Amino acid sequence: MEPLTRIERQARPESMLLNMGPSHPAMHGTLRIMLELDGEKILNAECEIGYLHRGFEKTCENKTWFNLLIYTDRLNYVSPLINNLGYVMTVEKMMGLAVPERAQLIRVLMSELSRVSDHLTCLAAMAMESGAFTVFLYMMKAREYLWDVIEFTTGARMTTSYIRIGGVRADLHPEWRGSLATAIKETRKVLKDVSGLLDQNSIFLGRTRGVGVISREDALSYGWTGPCLRSTGIPYDVRKAHPYLVYDRLLFEVPVGEAGDNYDRYSVRMREMEQSLRLLEQVAALIPDAAPLPAGPVIEPAEAIRRSRRTRTAERIRLSPNLEGSEKDRLAGLTAAAPLASVPAKEDTYTTMEGLISHFLFFMRGKGIRPPKGDAYFSVEGGNGEVGFYIVSDGSDRPYRLHLRAPCFHIVSALEQLIRGRLLADVIPTFGSMNMIGGELDR
Amino acid sequence: MGPENLIDAIRSSLGEAVLDVADSFGDAVLVIRADAVRPALAALREAPFDYALLLDLTCVDFAAAEGRFELVYHLYSLSRNVRLRIKASVPAGDPAAATLVGLWKNAEWLEREVYDMFGVRFEGHPDLRRLLTYEGFEGHPLRKSYPWRLEQPRIPLKDDV
Repeated sequence: MEPLTRIERQARPESMLLNMGPSHPAMHGTLRIMLELDGEKILNAECEIGYLHRGFEKTCENKTWFNLLIYTDRLNYVSPLINNLGYVMTVEKMMGLAVPERAQLIRVLMSELSRVSDHLTCLAAMAMESGAFTVFLYMMKAREYLWDVIEFTTGARMTTSYIRIGGVRADLHPEWRGSLATAIKETRKVLKDVSGLLDQNSIFLGRTRGVGVISREDALSYGWTGPCLRSTGIPYDVRKAHPYLVYDRLLFEVPVGEAGDNYDRYSVRMREMEQSLRLLEQVAALIPDAAPLPAGPVIEPAEAIRRSRRTRTAERIRLSPNLEGSEKDRLAGLTAAAPLASVPAKEDTYTTMEGLISHFLFFMRGKGIRPPKGDAYFSVEGGNGEVGFYIVSDGSDRPYRLHLRAPCFHIVSALEQLIRGRLLADVIPTFGSMNMIGGELDR
Repeated sequence: MGPENLIDAIRSSLGEAVLDVADSFGDAVLVIRADAVRPALAALREAPFDYALLLDLTCVDFAAAEGRFELVYHLYSLSRNVRLRIKASVPAGDPAAATLVGLWKNAEWLEREVYDMFGVRFEGHPDLRRLLTYEGFEGHPLRKSYPWRLEQPRIPLKDDV
């Protein structure tokens, strides 16, 4: 039988072929790297991807605009909120929705929390695979503090589905300022410790300095974006180049590297986290405290439904705890004012005929969110680079075509070139510094 | 060069290759002839246009209504900070286009993905194989004619060597 892989066809008879992955502790997610070895030297390499392919794009064509949001959580599962954001902003671009200021600020807050946790995860794994297990533990600890802030508000650590078309699902948790301050403090401490452990560490430097070097020309030719592109000295950041939300009003720098090696990718991520923490502080200061909910009697939903058969109820309704933050009084400042762009307030659904009708109109097949006919591309800066959505709408209740521009797809496609001619041990830090995320790579 | 002038300059430079120019929700779109994909994108990559980054390549299936697949390229120019979308239609019966391998390095994987998902052949591609699915997968899953949740036949286990 004709060999299926390129490397098998091209391999010299005297060299050794070795599979790294798909099930290998250093292949985060699943990726198969086939290596042609002469001793420890890599003569040739080939990557095989697709082990985590779940048909994301096909599934989206068969789900309504509202329903497919949950699948975007599962793309880059380390920073799901940024994927939510990329998708909803593309749809908002098509529908021309204006998102309230408070929701925009909350979106920036969530994006930056996600970015820090994304970088922490990447560097933690990279350091652990290079033998620095302490760094892994420190960084995971910091990530838990960040995820506390996310979890308080969204109710989930990873599968958040929090950023919705038209705004966000609910207001911030009442305790968010305290948890954010703790997270920033703890993350700063961890970044300082990790810098101390790695920046001058000769073992770490030996495995990262001058290893996995990519030139500017090649990085562009491979379509690199994000921290990996910036490590070669090109300061392209979607937040600066095409500002979205309120990024143009915030102060932050875009750190760049010089050499484009593993160390620069590490160092750019470390410095970016500091900038993100800076952004978090700025945006936290801009978000006003939520007005307290009106006092007065609170009645159960069943009671409200019963009463509203005769008269219009004025009492507040006790919503289920998982709707905390999406009370009607709060929702107005969190979602676009356009009708049927987001889930109608539950209080209206329970007590008025019009509210019930709009609830059904929103969720009914063929109704609800229907962007106008046409196609649009929109991108946000994700943890790995430019997360872009290309969406074609035919005016119906589900996308005609939805395509994700996954940043790490382009980055991982350069892996073969980066490890060719190097030693086997160089695969690990080089691959680690790329931050390959299977969910986004394979879709 | 402002955005309007830029599109005009591209149009006059590419000549007959350009079929249409459009604006879709604020994105600049250029519709070109399918046989001009490679020369047109090669010209756009160089000065004065300087679209150095091939951001993305994908395909849309319009086979049922219009008998065509639409290849969608996204380019980005760092120096001008503008994006450009380029569309080219290929017939659904025998979809094929020229490869961009040799111009951009990420084209190799991007085109393999489109081949895998839509069955569009890229002529001149050095190693056009499936990327996300596996060798032996039947059909092209992102075509509209491919049913959602279709089960694939089991593939035999590889012999232990």
